[in-house]
Amino acid sequence: MVKFTFTVKDEVGLHARPAGLLVKEAAKCSSKVTIRKGDKTGDAKRIFNIMGLAIKCGEEVEMMVEGDKEQEEAAALEAFVTENI
Amino acid sequence: MKVYHGKAVFHGIAIGQIQILKKEEKNVFRSHIDNVEQEITRMERAVSETEEQLKKLYDKALLEVGESGAAIFEVHQMMLQDQDYQESILNIIRTQQVNAEYAVAVTADNFANMFAMMDDAYMKERAADVKDISERLISVLSQEDKEEVQTDMPTIIVAEDLSPSETVQMDKSKVRSFVTRYGSSNSHTAILARTMNVPALIGLAYDEDIDGMTAVVDGFKGELIVDPDPEVLAEYEKKAAQEEEKRQLLQELKGKETVTLGGKEIRLYANIGGISDLQSVMQNDAAGIGLFRSEFLYLEKEDYPTEDEQFKVYRSVAETMAGKKVIIRTLDIGADKQIDYFKLEREDNPAMGYRAIRICLTRIDIFKTQLRALYRASAYGNIGIMFPMIISVREVKRIKEIVEEVKKELTDNGIAYGEVELGIMIETPAAVMISRQLAEEVDFFSIGTNDLTQYTLAIDRQNAKLDDFYDAHHPAILNMIQMVIENGHKGGAWVGICGELGADLELTDQFIEMGIDELSVSPSCILPIRKKIREHV
Repeated sequence: MVKFTFTVKDEVGLHARPAGLLVKEAAKCSSKVTIRKGDKTGDAKRIFNIMGLAIKCGEEVEMMVEGDKEQEEAAALEAFVTENI
Repeated sequence: MKVYHGKAVFHGIAIGQIQILKKEEKNVFRSHIDNVEQEITRMERAVSETEEQLKKLYDKALLEVGESGAAIFEVHQMMLQDQDYQESILNIIRTQQVNAEYAVAVTADNFANMFAMMDDAYMKERAADVKDISERLISVLSQEDKEEVQTDMPTIIVAEDLSPSETVQMDKSKVRSFVTRYGSSNSHTAILARTMNVPALIGLAYDEDIDGMTAVVDGFKGELIVDPDPEVLAEYEKKAAQEEEKRQLLQELKGKETVTLGGKEIRLYANIGGISDLQSVMQNDAAGIGLFRSEFLYLEKEDYPTEDEQFKVYRSVAETMAGKKVIIRTLDIGADKQIDYFKLEREDNPAMGYRAIRICLTRIDIFKTQLRALYRASAYGNIGIMFPMIISVREVKRIKEIVEEVKKELTDNGIAYGEVELGIMIETPAAVMISRQLAEEVDFFSIGTNDLTQYTLAIDRQNAKLDDFYDAHHPAILNMIQMVIENGHKGGAWVGICGELGADLELTDQFIEMGIDELSVSPSCILPIRKKIREHV
């Protein structure tokens, strides 16, 4: 499993549109992608799961990528979220 | 006559008949199902049909309100495809042996409640999205078309609030205005009104009994005037006719080329001072952005904006303009614009003081941060950069050295960037006099006529006592423009005007004859100038 953390920079947090972007990106991965805020986790391929975490601007979340291609997929996801979320 | 007050989110005058949209409460009945698998197949078909509808809505919205407005329908598709959402529906059908409509309604309530219970105002509103897709799904299941608004006379749509589906599906040919009780300046209603170019009011507490009455929407004052007195109505009819004339011009000229009768194309670009101006750039059909003042990025902040903050803004402008030219001017501030954290000393004569490129060339860190952000954004669109307040070739050479350093750093770090045209503002008499040499160094010139006039005539535009001495069409200025165009062309640089003079309709013909390549003006001036250029023999 590969883990990395990032801070949400979008002003209103991980709401519908950024959550949608993340789902789209996570869906490309063959790995299982989990997002964690505090003690709550969600499946990053499911939009309601992500929105349910109510992640706000400035909050730090952890992504966990687990699968055969976890290394490269985690790297791609990390690049994507730093740029877009 | 009764006057209601709201907040105008888009200007204009509209007269029409009020139509109040009421949300119909759909009653979903719970019924027992014997053949569960058959019900699930019915459910799966409905999901794919709903998805088709959402795709069509996305395409329609893309044309009508652009990508950011349409994105909500893409999110709706994801919500519809969400595994938890679908599993919940299927589980309810299976375990309770009930009809799909009921299962959707229960699931919608559960998910909407999850959002409604969040302590985040923005997230609370997402409950509406869940309801919107669920209602659509139920309509498909029960073979009902979602009711479309149809009218045959000019209509003012009045509603509590309008959902994205409602606004996009509406037959908009007769709609003259939107009025809602709720909503914000960023709500779907506001975006739609701007795109349709019709006035819209929000936060207006109307009474239910105004349905069907004649009314006036004054999108300047933020008023809804129901059953207006004859003289008030007459006055507004006159105003509306004037507005309509403007609108006609807009419609006629939108999408047309900016070409003279002789076949010369003039690039007609827009001047903007922030992201919020982009809407009117699109509305007025500018061919690009000729002057994007980057100062707002600095003025809005308490501290220097970071590279990432700037990059995001530049990238979003480049992406919104989708391949059209976006010329961003680097920081142009001085002692006359107060930015505390720059800690600029007071000066007696700030117009001729430590400002613009002079700050950038002495505080290279600030300059490089902006350049790095600009170059990174250039990978996402067609970006040009221009530098203000140039008086010497040496300055331009120094700028180009710094640009090369920035490009090298990016390359070394494996960060992508695109082709960027580099240009300078011609706004000092010095730059005019050496424009032949400067042209060899850059891709383009943009003549900043406001400062150029002030520096050439030695007249402070803020000083009203000097109005009698001031002549906007002074031959000195016009000769300078002619000289800059000729020298620019000799050195292989294209030449534009981004100052106020560029929008002066009395001079358009003359500029064309001088050989101008580009005019950059405020968005609302674009179409009248396009008309003028198209009539030029």
